[in-house]
Amino acid sequence: MQISFTLNGRPTTVDVEPATLVAELLREQLNLTGTHIGCDTSQCGACVVHLDGLPVKSCTLLAPALDGATLLTIEGLQGAPGSNQMHPMQEAFREHHGLQCGFCTPGMLMTAIALAAEKPDLTESDVRHGLEGNICRCTGYQNIVVSVMAGAAAMNAAKGE
Amino acid sequence: MGNVIGIGAAPKRKEDQRFLTGRGNYVSDIKRPGMTAGVFVRSPHGHAVLRGVDKSAALASAGVIAVLTGDDVKVEGLGGLPCGWGISDAKGVPMKEPPFPMLAQGKVRYVGDMVAFVIAETPEQANAAAELLTIDYEVLPSVVGVLEAVRPGAPQLFDDVPNNICCDWELGDKGAVETAFRKAAHVAKLSLVNNRLIGNPMEPRAAIAEYEPGTDRFTLWTTSQFPHVVRFLMGALVLNIPQHKLRVVAPDVGGGFGVKQFHYGEEAVITWAAKRVKRPIKWVASRSEGYVSDRHGRDHVTEAELALDEHGKFLAFRVNTLANMGGYLSTFGPNIPTNLYGPLLGGVYTTPAIYCNVKVVFTNTVPVDAYRGAGRPEATFVLERIVDVAASEMGIDRVEIRRRNMIPKEAYPYQTPVLVQYDSGDPMGCLDGALVAADVKNFGVRKAASASKGKFRGLGYSTYVEACGLAPSRFAGRLGARGGLYESATVRVHPTGQVTVMIGTHNHGQGHETTFAQIVSEKLGVSFEDVDIVFGDTDRVQFGMGTYGSRSLVVGGAALSKATDKVIAKGKKIAAHLLEAAEVDIQFEAGNFSVAGTDRIKSFEEIAGAAYVPHNYPLEVLEPGLEEQAYYDPVNFTYPGGCHIAEVEVDPETGTVTLVSYTAVDDVGTVINPMIVEGQLHGGIVQGVGQALFENAVYDEGSGQLLSGSLMDYCMPRADHMPMMKVATHSTLCTHTPMGVKGCGEVGTIGSPAAVINAVVDALSHLGVTHVDMPATPNRIWRLLQNASLPVAAE
Repeated sequence: MQISFTLNGRPTTVDVEPATLVAELLREQLNLTGTHIGCDTSQCGACVVHLDGLPVKSCTLLAPALDGATLLTIEGLQGAPGSNQMHPMQEAFREHHGLQCGFCTPGMLMTAIALAAEKPDLTESDVRHGLEGNICRCTGYQNIVVSVMAGAAAMNAAKGE
Repeated sequence: MGNVIGIGAAPKRKEDQRFLTGRGNYVSDIKRPGMTAGVFVRSPHGHAVLRGVDKSAALASAGVIAVLTGDDVKVEGLGGLPCGWGISDAKGVPMKEPPFPMLAQGKVRYVGDMVAFVIAETPEQANAAAELLTIDYEVLPSVVGVLEAVRPGAPQLFDDVPNNICCDWELGDKGAVETAFRKAAHVAKLSLVNNRLIGNPMEPRAAIAEYEPGTDRFTLWTTSQFPHVVRFLMGALVLNIPQHKLRVVAPDVGGGFGVKQFHYGEEAVITWAAKRVKRPIKWVASRSEGYVSDRHGRDHVTEAELALDEHGKFLAFRVNTLANMGGYLSTFGPNIPTNLYGPLLGGVYTTPAIYCNVKVVFTNTVPVDAYRGAGRPEATFVLERIVDVAASEMGIDRVEIRRRNMIPKEAYPYQTPVLVQYDSGDPMGCLDGALVAADVKNFGVRKAASASKGKFRGLGYSTYVEACGLAPSRFAGRLGARGGLYESATVRVHPTGQVTVMIGTHNHGQGHETTFAQIVSEKLGVSFEDVDIVFGDTDRVQFGMGTYGSRSLVVGGAALSKATDKVIAKGKKIAAHLLEAAEVDIQFEAGNFSVAGTDRIKSFEEIAGAAYVPHNYPLEVLEPGLEEQAYYDPVNFTYPGGCHIAEVEVDPETGTVTLVSYTAVDDVGTVINPMIVEGQLHGGIVQGVGQALFENAVYDEGSGQLLSGSLMDYCMPRADHMPMMKVATHSTLCTHTPMGVKGCGEVGTIGSPAAVINAVVDALSHLGVTHVDMPATPNRIWRLLQNASLPVAAE
C-alpha cells in the first residue's frame, strides 16, 4: 500500500507492505539507520521516534499508522534553524558524556526531548522515571540524567529567547 | 604547536558526533549489493539426540536459497569452535574438551544450540522456511544446575566426560591451609550462589559475510570485540581460510561487556555459507535469540571457609566452587572460573594461605564465558561476604576487621600465596577516602530516619583488587592460554603532520578514539584534532588481540606509547641531519625538534614533510617516511583496586530493596581522561548492582528451558533504579606500564555486588539474617522476612 507522511520535515510517499513496522521501514526501505532495534518486546527504547510530536517506539507501530502523520527521527534533529548546530539535547549529551557505545543514544535523545518539551522544569526524579522505557547498558544512566537536565534547561533557554 | 590535549584532560569525545546524529555504522546498518538473509534454527530442547533434519519443504519454500545443517559441515570436514584456554587438574591431566561443532551434530546440548541455517532472499522468507524444517529430536532429560550435574545418575552431556566434570582444578597450598585451620580461633563459613547473568549489550549480535570469487577473498562484518582473533580462530582453525584471504571487520559495536569477545559459531557458519551461495548474507539476532545464544556469565555455587586468629587476623581461606560451563567450552570459558578467580581470592588482604578448588561442570545451558569482570567479581563476592560474616560472628567492626588485614601501602610489591604479585596499591587510602565520601559517620542518623518510616537501612562495604590488563603472555601461557595476549599499534604520520593510529584494540563505548588521541597529542605535541584512531578492520590494522579484561589502555595504550617513542626517535635522526647536529644533541619537546642549547629548531610538521619529500634528507642512513609500529607484551597484570560503599533501604512490607546511595573510591592508576573514567565506573557499578538486585538467568531444571528469556523476564537496571553515585579515584601508579595506567573498565562491576549485598544483610541483620543470595529481589527478601519472624530462624 502507499502511504504519505512528513518525514523530518519533508513530504514522503512510500509503498509498504502493511505488516511493516515503522522501525523496519525507516531502516530497510528509507535507509535511516539511526533508529535502532535493540529488542523484540518493546522494552529497550532504542527505536523511539516522534509521531506527531509524541515519543513512540517505532518497533511497535505499523507503517500504515504513519499515513498523514508527521514523523521525526534522530536524523531530523537540528539546532537553531539554518545553523549547523546540533539540537541542544544532542549538545548536552556530548557535553556531559551521556553516551558510550551510542546504540541506545538515538532513542534516549528522542525520549529526552519529548520529556523536556512536556515539562519545562524537570526534576532528577522526573527524568529517571521518564527514561524508564529506555535501557542503556553502558553509562549507568548517571550522565544521561545529567545530560537530559542540562539539555532541557538549554531547550527552555532557547525557547525564551 | 597546535591544540595539544594531553593526559589528564577531559576533551569531549571524538566519537560522539556520529552517534548523536544517528550516523553510527553498526553491522545491522550495513547493506551489501545482492544481500540475502540468514536465519539460524535453534534447538527448542535442552538436551536431545538429533536424529535428522528434513529440509525438503523448507528448500521448496518461496525465496529460499540454501539450508545448511551439521551434516553439511561434517561432509566438508570443517573444524569445531576452538577453546582458547586449556586448563589442567592438580595432577596435570588436561581438561575434557569435547568438540563444539558450529552446527549441532548428533546431539543438541542447550536450548539455542544451532541446528540449521536457512538462507533466503528476505528475512521473512527465511523465517517462513525455518518453520518448515522437520527436525527429528529424541528428547533427553536436561541438567542445568551444577549441583545436579555432578550427582550420580545425572544426565550426561558427553559420553567421555564422566559426571559432566570438565576439569577438577585447584590452586594454592592445601596442606598449609589445613594446618592454619587447625590453629584457628574462629572459622567463618559461608555457602553462596553467584547468580547466572546475561550480558545484554544493547546492540544484538549480527554478522554479514561476503565472498568474492574473483579474488577468492572473504569479508565478515561482525559485532566483535576482537576481529583479528576471530580471523585467526575462524580462518586457521575452523574454516581453513588463509589469513590473507579473510578480512574481518568489527565496525561500530553497540556494547560488548565480554559477550562479543568470543568466536561464535554464527560467524563461521555465515562465512562458510557465503561462499556456497556466492552472495552476501546478513544475520541479525533478535533480543530473544541473544538470550539463548549470547554466552552467559558467572553461575557458581560455592562453599567458603575463613580461618581467623583471636584478633580477627585472617590465617587461611578455603574455597570450593562448582562453576557452570554450559553445554560446550566457549573461547575463554574454562579460564574464567579458574585463572581469573582463584588468584584474586587474596583480595587486598595479607591472608597467608589460600586454597581453591573449582570443579568446572558441563550442563544443558548456554555456554558460560567472560562477562564484565569475569571471575574477579565472583572472587570478590566470596571474600567480601565472608569477611562480613566473620566480623559479625566475632563481634568486630566490619571496617576494623578489614583494616587489620589490609596490605599496607608500603608492603607493595606484594606477593600473594595464589600466584599473583601486586605491583602497587593503597587499599587503606581507598577505604579512608570512601568512608569520608559516603559520610559513614552519620549513618546512624540516617538509619534512625529510615526506621521512623518503617524501613530498614543498611550499609555495606566492599574492598577489592583485580588482575587486569590481560595479559603477560608468558604468565598466561603457563596458565593454559593458547595464544599471546600482547597488543600492537602503528603510528602513521602523514606528510602534513597529521596522525593516523592503527590499533588492535576495539572501541565499543570506551572512548578509545578520544583517549588514544590524547596520548598521541601529548607525546607528539600535535593537535588533538589532528589524530584519528583506526580499529576494528583486519585489512587496516596490522594485528591485535582486541578489547576485554580492561586491557585496551593498559596493553594497547602501551603499544601506542612505544610506537610514538619510535616516531620521535626517527624524527630526531631526521632533525639531526637537517639541523646539522649530532643526534644525541637533538631534543624533542612540545612538538619541536631542537639542538640543545641553541635556537635551531624544526617543527614536527617540518620533520614529517622532510620524511616524505626527501630532497634534503639522509637517504644513505634513513628510509623515507614516518610510520612506526610497536608490539607490547606486559610483564605483569595490573592491579586496580578500591573500596565501594553501598547504602540501602529495605521496605519490610514489600521486600523491596532501594539503593539510596553509592560511593566508590577506585585506584585505576594514571587517569588519561577523567570524564571517560568516571563514565566507565558508573556503568560498571550499575552492572554490578544489576547482579546484586535484579538480574538472574533462570533455567527450568527438567526441561532446560530458559525462563528468563526476554527483557520482560530478565530485569535490567533502569534509570529509576539508581541514585546519583559518588565516584572518585585514589591512584597509585602501576610500576610496569609506560604511563602508570591500570585500567578501569571492570572495577565497578567487581566491587559493587558485594557492597550492595553486604548492605542488604546489614539492613536485615537485626532479624538474624546472615546471608542473602543474589539477586536480592523483593520476592526473595519478603520470603526471608517471613521466615525470619519465625522463632526457629530468630536465634
